[in-house]
Amino acid sequence: MAGGLSPAAALPTEVRTRAARRRSPAVWLLLGPPSLVLTLLFMLPIGLVLVTSITDPRMSLAHYQRIFTVPLYTHVMLNTFVTSLVVTALCLVLGYPVAYVMARRSDWVSTLLLTIVAMSFWTGFLVRTYAWLVILGSKGPVTGAYQALGLGPAPQLLFTSFASTLGMTHILLPYMILALFAVMKKIEPDQLKAAASLGARPRAAFAAVFLPLSLPGVVNGSLLVFVSCLGFFVTPILLGTPRDMMISQLINQQIEELLAWGFASAVAVILLIATGLILVVYNRFAGLDRLWG
Amino acid sequence: MTAYLSLRNIVKSYDGRVNAVDNVSIDIAKGEFLTFLGPSGSGKTTTLMMIAGFEAPSAGAIELEGEDLTRRKPYERNIGVVFQNYALFPHMTVERNVAFPLRMRRFPRNREAARVREILDLVGLGPFAGKHPRELSGGQQQRVALARGLVFNPDVLLLDEPLGALDKSLREQMQVELKRIQREVGITTVYVTHDQTEAMTMSDRIAVFSHGKLEQVAPPLDVYHRPRTRFVGEFIGDSNIFAGTVDESQPGCVTLEALGPMRVDVEAWRRVGKGAVDVLVRPERVQLAAPGAEPALLNRLVMEIGVIVNYGDSVLLIGSARGQRLRMRIAGAQPDAIREGATVIVGWRPGDEHLIARS
Ligand SMILES: Nc1ncnc2c1ncn2[C@@H]1O[C@H](COP(=O)(O)OP(=O)(O)OP(=O)(O)O)[C@@H](O)[C@H]1O
Ligand SMILES: [Mg+2]
Repeated sequence: MAGGLSPAAALPTEVRTRAARRRSPAVWLLLGPPSLVLTLLFMLPIGLVLVTSITDPRMSLAHYQRIFTVPLYTHVMLNTFVTSLVVTALCLVLGYPVAYVMARRSDWVSTLLLTIVAMSFWTGFLVRTYAWLVILGSKGPVTGAYQALGLGPAPQLLFTSFASTLGMTHILLPYMILALFAVMKKIEPDQLKAAASLGARPRAAFAAVFLPLSLPGVVNGSLLVFVSCLGFFVTPILLGTPRDMMISQLINQQIEELLAWGFASAVAVILLIATGLILVVYNRFAGLDRLWG
Repeated sequence: MTAYLSLRNIVKSYDGRVNAVDNVSIDIAKGEFLTFLGPSGSGKTTTLMMIAGFEAPSAGAIELEGEDLTRRKPYERNIGVVFQNYALFPHMTVERNVAFPLRMRRFPRNREAARVREILDLVGLGPFAGKHPRELSGGQQQRVALARGLVFNPDVLLLDEPLGALDKSLREQMQVELKRIQREVGITTVYVTHDQTEAMTMSDRIAVFSHGKLEQVAPPLDVYHRPRTRFVGEFIGDSNIFAGTVDESQPGCVTLEALGPMRVDVEAWRRVGKGAVDVLVRPERVQLAAPGAEPALLNRLVMEIGVIVNYGDSVLLIGSARGQRLRMRIAGAQPDAIREGATVIVGWRPGDEHLIARS
């Protein structure tokens, strides 16, 4: 309803509250199933993980102590953090110009870009990860190019942190672009015309008007990419190396190879807390509802 | 009149087939308040955007004091623009918004604050300097946009329907205010509106647009009383327009379709020459021919009253005479004899009409 008054808003307060009270069983009926689903599929598993992390194999906080004292594990934490930062920065640098063109052009260029971005957005990340396996693999085009140019044997690309960073950047780039685009599209073209008429050359107009107005998109997109990256699972495992593990690789390794459920759970809890903290800080300053534009 | 800003044979086509602006030429004097008036899609905004430099003319030239501006970028012209939606920078305070053009033009920093204050006082916004645009009312935002467009002493100020988003009473208040500021600063102004009252009350001259063409450029009263084309006569104000032919054998005589011969001003009759003419009679010039009154009311008609619209301070009668649509407006209260369905004798004096030669 575009700007219209809802019928309920037009009623006198007394009538409205009575109607609301009468409606309340229905409200509970509506809230019931989702609450149940959330509890069963979300709260319960998380609770289990928490409990496991301090009870398996026996009741203690030893797992947490290990995470923060054993260099191998602090290295994983640091590596996860740094990789996420790098991927976020790469996505921002690559995504900003694309989103800018998409938002500022209103012709076929914009449509084409949006189609491409949406297509890669909807292509499963497993598929895209496998694509990198092929591209960077020993029989792939990169190796082929090295040999064709006579540059000798190609360097090892696959199963390096380079490959996993590349893969994650590729997979998360559409999220960044769409988050930026959503905000940039709302910047009035008249704003930039006004800036020009007031004497601002294109660069000055960009720096003084467009860039600041696009910052919410930068924050949203970066947060989205960073948080997704922290817990990214498939791509680092398939493309990366156990030597520079991300958190999710560590969890996987602990369970698959060592059956160390308690320790793996503790690592998962740390990941959960880190993600939660970031969201809390963001929510404090920007509001979670703006995450999707 | 010496031209300050000149549009010379401006043509603009967006698609290469239809001309959104079609061969428009206007000379605007320094300090003049010129209004572009016309229906939606008639090319007013497009013309304004070409003056500002946001659109390049397909043909023609724009000159300021004899200097060719046509190929200059907007930021190389010294022209202030006020947009309909204000286009204030939401992330800057009122003060920073207004200081923006000064910064861009490298105005001395030590005089910046004083200049901003001066212009904010002019538009009556001194106390709001530290606020953000979203904290202001529509009228206040409008003033900020105006201050920002004036602060750098532009050569010309362009306004595209600046009052379009305001409610009626605020609009009237802002009209007066805008006019005061324009006079005080003495700035050459081009104003776009499709509100004819606004155009009539504020302008030194009105340029009437239709389908990208200029129909007439003249002072408000000329446009109202002596429209150059039938379109202008119909577009501005309320009108009766009768098709007729000049009776060449009798000076001051025109034969109207269905209504027969009518007397018109002899001078005007001579000027239109011969052939087909449109005769414009404003509804307020049509009078009731009460028995014995107004012997000068030579052109008489029998009017059947269809609908009466009572405005309180005046009454509009809509009806017909011999099948021709006829409207008349009576000042004051509704007379007793006037009822819907009634028949009255009405008329107008020679000279109360305006002749438009049919091209
Ligand atoms: N950017 C554009 N691309 C293509 N056609 C346009 C563009 N801007 C305007 N036009 C066309 O040019 C013509 C004139 O438009 P313009 O905006 O100048 O009219 P206007 O007199 O300002 O109308 P309004 O009173 O509705 O603002 C219209 O037919 C419009 O469709
Ligand atoms: Mg317009």
